[in-house]
Amino acid sequence: MSTVRPGLRTEDQFEIDLRQPGLAAFWGWLWPGAGHLYQRRYAKGILFMVCILSTYFYGLAIAGGHVVYASWKGPEKRWQYFCQLGVGVPALPALVQARRVKLGAAPYLGGIMAPPRYDPIRRVDELSEWHLQYKLLFDLGTLYTMIAGLLNVLAVYDAYAGPVLIAPDKKENEPC
Amino acid sequence: MLIASWADSQLWYSVPLIVTISLVYGATRHELMVPILQHAWRTAKWIVGFMLVIAVILTLISRVC
Repeated sequence: MSTVRPGLRTEDQFEIDLRQPGLAAFWGWLWPGAGHLYQRRYAKGILFMVCILSTYFYGLAIAGGHVVYASWKGPEKRWQYFCQLGVGVPALPALVQARRVKLGAAPYLGGIMAPPRYDPIRRVDELSEWHLQYKLLFDLGTLYTMIAGLLNVLAVYDAYAGPVLIAPDKKENEPC
Repeated sequence: MLIASWADSQLWYSVPLIVTISLVYGATRHELMVPILQHAWRTAKWIVGFMLVIAVILTLISRVC
């Protein structure tokens, strides 16, 4: 039950009902902002959703959808994916694509979020081709998507434990 | 010339990141929208100031070396 007292909308008098914090954190990880919406903290939920998802999808788009992929073999250990995974469902298709490629099937959606093909015998090095094609945008896209995932970790913590309210400066409250 | 180099600069890519990071960081420190925006503004100024300091240091190093 929300316990915000009417007429006293200052932060020090705010009591936040976190409902089920664990469940809210899970929703928040699954889809950025969803945990806050579940807690009826609509403004913050929408803010997190817009900020984090726009950053993530912009990063994904500027490099043709190739910066988010799950791969622990071949030329690159994609450790960045662990950061990108913080954004939840939008990063999960990479696992599906990785599974399909591992089984020898063609990836879905023209290879978006699929790991790069690497075959030194046939001289196939898709990762190098992506770097050549997108140049700086490949690194920027990786950075954007990583930051989106890491920002969602902050949002998940906020859904679980509430905001880290900053205590007012003591000097301001002391009488002169 | 400085403005022209800024217009073509890759630094433009930092602007959405600064805005997003500032807003999300501010939102994890407050519950109401006005304090969130105030905190975000302070954070954005801090980040830009930090970037400027680093830019000045790198410029000085590049001129010395």
